Amino acid sequence: MKRLFALWATTVGKKVAMAVTGIVMILFLVSHMISNVLIFKNPAHLDSYAAWLRSLGPALWIARVGLLGAVVVHIVAAYQLTMRARRARPIAYDRHEKQVTTYAARTMRWGGVLLLVFIVFHLLHFTTGTLHPDFHPGEAGRNVIEGMQVTPVAIFYLVSMLALGLHFSHGIWASFGTLGFHNPAYNQWRRLLAWGVAILVAGGFATIPAAAILGYLK
Amino acid sequence: MRLTLKVWRQAGPADRGGFRTYQAHDVSEHMSFLEMLDVVNEDLLATAEEPIAFDHDCREGICGTCALMINGMPHGPKHATTTCQLHMRSFHDGDTITIEPWRARAFPVLRDLVVDRSSFDRIISAGGFVTAPTGSAQDANAILVPKDQSDLAMDAAACIGCGACVAACPNGSAMLFTAAKVVHLALLPQGQPERSRRVLAMVHQMDAEAFGGCTLFGECEAACPKEITIENIMRMNRDLMRATLRDRGDREAEALA
Repeated sequence: MKRLFALWATTVGKKVAMAVTGIVMILFLVSHMISNVLIFKNPAHLDSYAAWLRSLGPALWIARVGLLGAVVVHIVAAYQLTMRARRARPIAYDRHEKQVTTYAARTMRWGGVLLLVFIVFHLLHFTTGTLHPDFHPGEAGRNVIEGMQVTPVAIFYLVSMLALGLHFSHGIWASFGTLGFHNPAYNQWRRLLAWGVAILVAGGFATIPAAAILGYLK
Repeated sequence: MRLTLKVWRQAGPADRGGFRTYQAHDVSEHMSFLEMLDVVNEDLLATAEEPIAFDHDCREGICGTCALMINGMPHGPKHATTTCQLHMRSFHDGDTITIEPWRARAFPVLRDLVVDRSSFDRIISAGGFVTAPTGSAQDANAILVPKDQSDLAMDAAACIGCGACVAACPNGSAMLFTAAKVVHLALLPQGQPERSRRVLAMVHQMDAEAFGGCTLFGECEAACPKEITIENIMRMNRDLMRATLRDRGDREAEALA
């Protein structure tokens, strides 16, 4: 534990923490996305999946606390590093031509803020039902279909998934580097893997609000 | 060629500074960028204005002293080229060229375009020494180094410490510089005895100098006149993790904290 704190004390260590917690969240989101698309087969599938999750009892709470911990560590590290980066260049350039910075890399910070807002909304929408127009506890499939009929909400989901895809595309690629993987034989595959996972997960999630907007999900 | 120069002028560290515009006439395309500035300064000497202060030394692209942000790019538009090796043929007649100093809290402006890069020196000092025999020269090849390792070490050792990586980085991070200095020793047998201690001390010093953190934008690699790659950052990250989590991390980190 003392060693982990020693690592956390460095800027490199904070990035390592962001990479590890990022991977934890990605693994969760992959399983979340796969379970979500079950709704296209039959909304009842989502209900039984939700019921199974709730039947896990303490294990579910361990997973929730673990995920919350990952989110908190990810955000604290991002905040500290962002503030540090701002302090590092007190006087801006009159002209600064970025050569290779991707749109995804440039929008990591504000994209991350958008995703945080989205996560809070999403939990209030489908977990607690606070912001849901007609919430029925235990009926996950019905809640999703009803909730997505509100077009502005569905559009917000779509935009957030676009941000998620961009966040993934830089985050997955960069986490390999942060964790010290750099084999030239695999480097070319890292971008491909990052974009592959980004498109698969964000695209998979996006099918649901998209289907609702297009009227396929009723 | 006729050029318009928009140059940062600052009388001293405490001065606020600002841009001044100068006209450069009769610029030959064969001049280096620094020679062009020399000619502008000759003209300024004839007036009451102070010549533009800028850092330069070898003018051969190997010392790392010249350091100008030219049109928003460290060392100007040419890839893998220092300011002194940049020639005016890279510009066109009538161009306006913006010239600024490196911008980083760890590189305070001393005057005009000259910044204090002693934060880099302190990172190097923190690295300490390698245990090497200092008596008579030992036999060549007494220590065998695999060719691929020695190539990678030499690539990292090509760093001239100019600071273009910091200047280019949107976070003002010195990771590429520090990584190059850590890695070129970590890859060689001679660098092994102090490998963990060195990476810990140098990263801690880098953080203490108020540089930003690395987000792998890749701007440093694109700006580096010596083509140091960000793979060195990845190697250093691995070394730091190993040093902190597995090796003598506790004791060393505590001593540094």
